[in-house]
Amino acid sequence: MALTTYVEAIRQGIWEEMEKDERVFVLGEDVGIYGGAFKVTAGMLEKFGEWRIIDTPISESAIVGAAIGAALMGMRPIAEMQFADFISCAFDQITNFAAKCRYRWGAGVPIVIRGPSGGGVHGGPFHSQNPEMHYVHTPGLKVVCPATAYDAKGLIKAAIRDPDPVIYFEHKFLYRRVKEELPSDDFVVPIGKAAVRRQGSDISVMTYGAMLYLALDAAKELEKEGIDLEVVDLRSLLPFDKETVLDSVKKTNKVILLHEDTRIGGFAGELAAIIADEAFEYLDGPIRRITAPDTPVPYSPPLEEFFLPKVSDIVRVARELYTY
Amino acid sequence: MAETKVIMPQMGESIFEGTITKWLKKKGERVERDEPLFEISTDKIDSEIPAPASGVVQDILVKEGQTVQINTVVAVIGDGGSKPAETKTEAKAETKTEPKTEPKAEAKTEPKPEVKTSSTEGKPGIPKGPAPVAGPVPEQEAEEEEHEEGGEHDGTRTSPLVRRIASEHGIDLSALAGKGTGINGRITKRDILSYIEQGGGQQKRPAPAQPTKAATPTAPPAPAAPAAPPVKFSGEVERVPLSPMRKLIAEHMVNSRRTSAHVTTFFEVDCSRIMQHREKNRAEFERAGVKLTVTSYFVQAAANALKRFPIVNSSLEGDTIVYKRPINIGIAVNLDWGLIVPVIKNVDEKNLLGIAHALIDIGERARNKKLSTDDVKDGTFTITNPGQFGAVIGTPIINQPQVAIMGMGGIKKRAVVIDDAIAIRPIIMLSLSFDHRVIDGAVADQFMADVQKQLESWNV
Repeated sequence: MALTTYVEAIRQGIWEEMEKDERVFVLGEDVGIYGGAFKVTAGMLEKFGEWRIIDTPISESAIVGAAIGAALMGMRPIAEMQFADFISCAFDQITNFAAKCRYRWGAGVPIVIRGPSGGGVHGGPFHSQNPEMHYVHTPGLKVVCPATAYDAKGLIKAAIRDPDPVIYFEHKFLYRRVKEELPSDDFVVPIGKAAVRRQGSDISVMTYGAMLYLALDAAKELEKEGIDLEVVDLRSLLPFDKETVLDSVKKTNKVILLHEDTRIGGFAGELAAIIADEAFEYLDGPIRRITAPDTPVPYSPPLEEFFLPKVSDIVRVARELYTY
Repeated sequence: MAETKVIMPQMGESIFEGTITKWLKKKGERVERDEPLFEISTDKIDSEIPAPASGVVQDILVKEGQTVQINTVVAVIGDGGSKPAETKTEAKAETKTEPKTEPKAEAKTEPKPEVKTSSTEGKPGIPKGPAPVAGPVPEQEAEEEEHEEGGEHDGTRTSPLVRRIASEHGIDLSALAGKGTGINGRITKRDILSYIEQGGGQQKRPAPAQPTKAATPTAPPAPAAPAAPPVKFSGEVERVPLSPMRKLIAEHMVNSRRTSAHVTTFFEVDCSRIMQHREKNRAEFERAGVKLTVTSYFVQAAANALKRFPIVNSSLEGDTIVYKRPINIGIAVNLDWGLIVPVIKNVDEKNLLGIAHALIDIGERARNKKLSTDDVKDGTFTITNPGQFGAVIGTPIINQPQVAIMGMGGIKKRAVVIDDAIAIRPIIMLSLSFDHRVIDGAVADQFMADVQKQLESWNV
């Protein structure tokens, strides 16, 4: 059977949901004739027509605003941000309208906002960011960050079917780099459920997005030294799978929190607080964070390489923590 | 002659490969800059790619229909003067897109004869040994002292987990005081679990933590473990051939004894000030991601002294003394399967942070068999650490063709007389084995006095 790339998995997920539910439609910049900046919507205009694949002006605020309106009228819009970096233009619509509707009026806003995010692609400061935390900090939203093709498809479908606004951060670096065989049935990945990608006994690495692969590589390297990493892929950040996180802490007693986002106010900080709150007596060492430093993503390739967490960082911190 | 390599361009951030669908120019044809040269198809778009320079298409390296990664050289534009065959091989190598460092490293190591690396006692990566148990010299030694310091904290530093396990099993943690194997003598999960396994609580003296799982790089050495694997006897004697590394070490040692007129001098150094300095700065170094080991101070002091006593940083070639400007200090690193001496280059240009970092780096790479031939050559002086397993001091053998080697004993608190009063001070014994052919005792002692003075008057 053929391998499906991460980007194709997203496309398939949207396609299948559009076939099944005529309320589902796509709007965004260049999603129609051009097929989307990353070709996620390629071929959809031909298949579903211009009423369901809508090219919009360059205004993220308008895109999300229109999506919210349509959702309130019973539709299931999928709004594409060409790059997640520009989602900030729609910040007010997302945080003040979409997120609060259910609380204010009991009216759910079933929209999906897709944001191609992440670095490692030499995109510079405006095409490499990981803006998830702005939305994780907004009650009323859901935020997911798939790392595999299976999850990319399963989570986009879950997001489309969800009755509330879901921000779907898809990692650009993974688009055509990860692929796998996907089952042919109609599967979804539940929002809010983590996956333990590698069982281990010594240290838990909690991560999401493209960093998952670094953690797995580090685990392979450390295995030779007898250090056994457990790798937890969070998949969803809001809500996140507290149970799996705490179970893993209770099992290994040592934790590394890894993400590509910058450090202060990153998800690692929140996880660290929860672990300290609820699993303090299970800790056998300090909770360690590995993140990007607190700067914009540099354009210069060597600087970007320095900026992004590396396998060697995980190996070093794991060694320190192991002997602690 | 000018030639321009034409590469597969990156057509968008997520694209990392492309297919050449059509060549618009043939080999040997002239092309102008910005004139369409070939057509490509990627996951995102199909596009015509213009020539990056004017000239003659000297070579086409990727056929139509072939898919290659971005930045692969697909063609070469020249001025038409060079032989295509030559460029072909060169460019071919690049199309493989293998990590560029690999072929480079190979090219460097290959022409070197295996045995004659003069400045080292072994080559990296030759012998296959069991998984490394011993860490690099500097780290081990730091761990050891930290164990001593642990005593000052009653030896009962633990973690929330250990306290919970202790209370669940009704264990008084003071029973484990001073027995922790973690950093600063911390009692770890492994310690308390193995204590419980040994019958915890009832037994007064728990067995030391299992060295099996602790077989990691940064783990403190288990002093009880034999240096060499135990021999299995089938008769009265067992004959085991030397490993290649052992053979090299044997050759180098005997050769050095035969070459140099070895004399060893000993100095006692009060480490109070460097220990204070280390205590004060350790956290800051850690923030920079570097563990500040005690060895770092001795390396820096030796480098300074070597600058003032260039004869100690020399070698003897026939009737000529060769003084060396670079101060490259080799650090003997004990491995499970032998010994290796990676070299820190230009130590005199490094500050303490740089030295501490370099020590950790070479130690780690020695352990992981990641040293390159460059890492073990061009040493001008060597430091070795017989104190790591508790020796008071040793008389090291000179690492040829150098003329001196400094040995470090273990640091131990001793009663010393200062101004007619008895004080407790951390003392280390240093030794210097020197080649009496070129260095006289007076010079050697002045050199060591210089090292001693620096360490004892370290600016805290």
